[in-house]
Amino acid sequence: MTTNPKKGLVVFISDCIRWSLSGGVAFKIYLAVLLAMIGAGVYAYGHQFREGLIITGMSNIVSWGLYISNFTFFVGVAAAAVMLILPAYVYKDKDFHEVVIIGECVAVGALVMCLLFITVDMGGPLKVWHMIPGIGLFNWPSSILTWDVLVLNGYLALNSLVPLYILYSYYNEREPVGWKYMPFVFLSIFWAVSIHMVTAFLYQGLPARPFWNNPLLGPRFLASAFAAGPAVIMMVLIAIKETTKYPIDTTIFFKLKRIIVVSAIINLVMLFSEVFKEFYAFTHHSLSAQYLFFGLDGHDSLVPWIWTAISLNILGTLLFAFAPKKSNSSYLMVAGVSLFTGIWIEKGFGLIIPGLVPSPMGEVVDYAPSSNEILITLGVLAVGILVVTLLIKPALVILLKYKEGRLQPETASS
Amino acid sequence: MDHGKKKDTPLKAAGVMKNKCSRRSFLKGVSIAAAAGSAGLVTGGCGSTASSEEMGLKWEEFFKKNYRLMTQEEKDATVTRLERLAKLQRGLDVQMSTQEPINDVLYGYAFNITRCKGYMDCVEACVQENNLDRQSKTQYIRIFEMDTGQLDPTSGDGKYFHEVPVEDKFYMGVQCYHCENAPCIQACPTKATWREPDGIVVVDYDWCIGCRYCMAACPYWGRRFNWGEPVVPKEEINTKQHYLGNRMRMKGVMEKCTFCIQRTRQGKLPACVDSCPTGSRVFGNLLDPDSEIRFVLKNKKVFRFKEELGTDPKFWYFMD
Repeated sequence: MTTNPKKGLVVFISDCIRWSLSGGVAFKIYLAVLLAMIGAGVYAYGHQFREGLIITGMSNIVSWGLYISNFTFFVGVAAAAVMLILPAYVYKDKDFHEVVIIGECVAVGALVMCLLFITVDMGGPLKVWHMIPGIGLFNWPSSILTWDVLVLNGYLALNSLVPLYILYSYYNEREPVGWKYMPFVFLSIFWAVSIHMVTAFLYQGLPARPFWNNPLLGPRFLASAFAAGPAVIMMVLIAIKETTKYPIDTTIFFKLKRIIVVSAIINLVMLFSEVFKEFYAFTHHSLSAQYLFFGLDGHDSLVPWIWTAISLNILGTLLFAFAPKKSNSSYLMVAGVSLFTGIWIEKGFGLIIPGLVPSPMGEVVDYAPSSNEILITLGVLAVGILVVTLLIKPALVILLKYKEGRLQPETASS
Repeated sequence: MDHGKKKDTPLKAAGVMKNKCSRRSFLKGVSIAAAAGSAGLVTGGCGSTASSEEMGLKWEEFFKKNYRLMTQEEKDATVTRLERLAKLQRGLDVQMSTQEPINDVLYGYAFNITRCKGYMDCVEACVQENNLDRQSKTQYIRIFEMDTGQLDPTSGDGKYFHEVPVEDKFYMGVQCYHCENAPCIQACPTKATWREPDGIVVVDYDWCIGCRYCMAACPYWGRRFNWGEPVVPKEEINTKQHYLGNRMRMKGVMEKCTFCIQRTRQGKLPACVDSCPTGSRVFGNLLDPDSEIRFVLKNKKVFRFKEELGTDPKFWYFMD
């Protein structure tokens, strides 16, 4: 298998597109549902584009809402791919190596969502070029937002190019050359930590907002990301196992479970530490936490959400921690969904909204996303799921073909 | 399927645009059809009311630089365009200034919490002077009604609606404090907001991308966002404008108090100071030892809001 004629990039891409769109009736329906959601989102966004952000539930007090909440959460999901990349490439763990590309596809999908959430949140999306150095002004290094732009786009590039190279090599039935991609793998490990730390610093670096201005925010972002992210990846793996022929060894679930349990427990410890700080010695700066957990001045729209989130968080952690050794798919799915949802609420609007309430002038208002805002959010989520699906499908075909090709000569020689 | 249908619509539109715009020579070296198509995108569609001249002006406006990078010629050019656009869109004769800061001036503001009776004439004057959006009732100034025994405006009532003054209450006005170490300036990803040499923190509305990070960074709630297209009745628009001040804003951009830059750079007082019936508001040049603001700082006991954040506001409170 040394001198295969190299198939060009164009053939590779057209094959990938063919593989990503091929599927049975169920798959076609699934795609149609996603496209319908995207269509609704685009329609709602058209409305927002014409009228302005006034059609959202945001106001001068709660000036960031559902979009930025979801952005924050999905940065974590993207960062979590490192939990597969590290053991797969650095420690050469065979089980992780089988699924690492899937993890990277999930990261790409999550990053696409993050960038879209930022775009739909902007008042002047057509003016983004103002940020491009040369033709615009890039306030780097002063503005943490510019750091976030750099790390998110860089991570997207790393997580697209490394798997692309590996899959392209497999497609041409060659072993990927280590020195060509390993430096980028190491870079992406540090980069994964940086995307989430920088995103935390966006909030952490604002003394104006005591709820965010907390040195634990960055580390807690990482811990919750390394719990929720692998939970998402596990859910994707279960879906692949149930719906495709791609073999997924159950030991991978066991290993992922261990990562999730450790991260989820660290996350809960940090949550407890924060709650202690806010409520043991209640200060003026604890009002946001009071608003979040118990309500303030008769405003309590977040209270049911945060207690649901904490319950799901604890439930998910316990389910993973005490999972029987031979846990079945549906058990893990339940555990994954509860942990994912818990962290999504807690780190999404459970983090963003209370940071803005009460306002710096002490005013308390409630925020509820408008239906347009929800449609746009669902549209962005559908784009992310679509991207993940359309990336994973050809990747699995190539991996499977490569495996079969590799196995045949071995069986012939033995 | 219906792809064929969809394909020819933009082409047709571009063709129409081409005919409409071909007489104009505002674009050199750029395909007019492409320009018109993009201009349509920029302005949200070419309505029947939008003339080709208006489209051309908007197109040029879209590609202009950050105000701080413009030469005086470029500033004059954009002002000419904006004045023409005001005429075309609203039928108004606007005079827009790009007046530079006056040398050896650093503006400072002081607020007398003993004298203020909460009449809110300042709020009204500010709204009129600065062309603030009447639709969303945007206000740069807030007056908080405070219980005695408190000095923190966050404990006050910023929504009072009754006859003033009230026994055993006092009043505290808040607005942008024009901080020397302004967190909003640090936060802006595009350098669309900055501090002028005379101490005024301004926004280049056309450069702002509307991310609202400055709003999150401000510890004083000094900034306002245009969630929708701002509305001011034509007869109420103040036509004496400054590029960095009270010119009409657009949806999706940040705005804030500019110490009435269009007035103060001409040696006048800000509208809030001018309109205050009780004389609670003091404004002047901190570099001038004989100014009233310097007198207050020297002879009164003053304090600043949230001093612990190190933002160094140019806005002090004092008592008689």
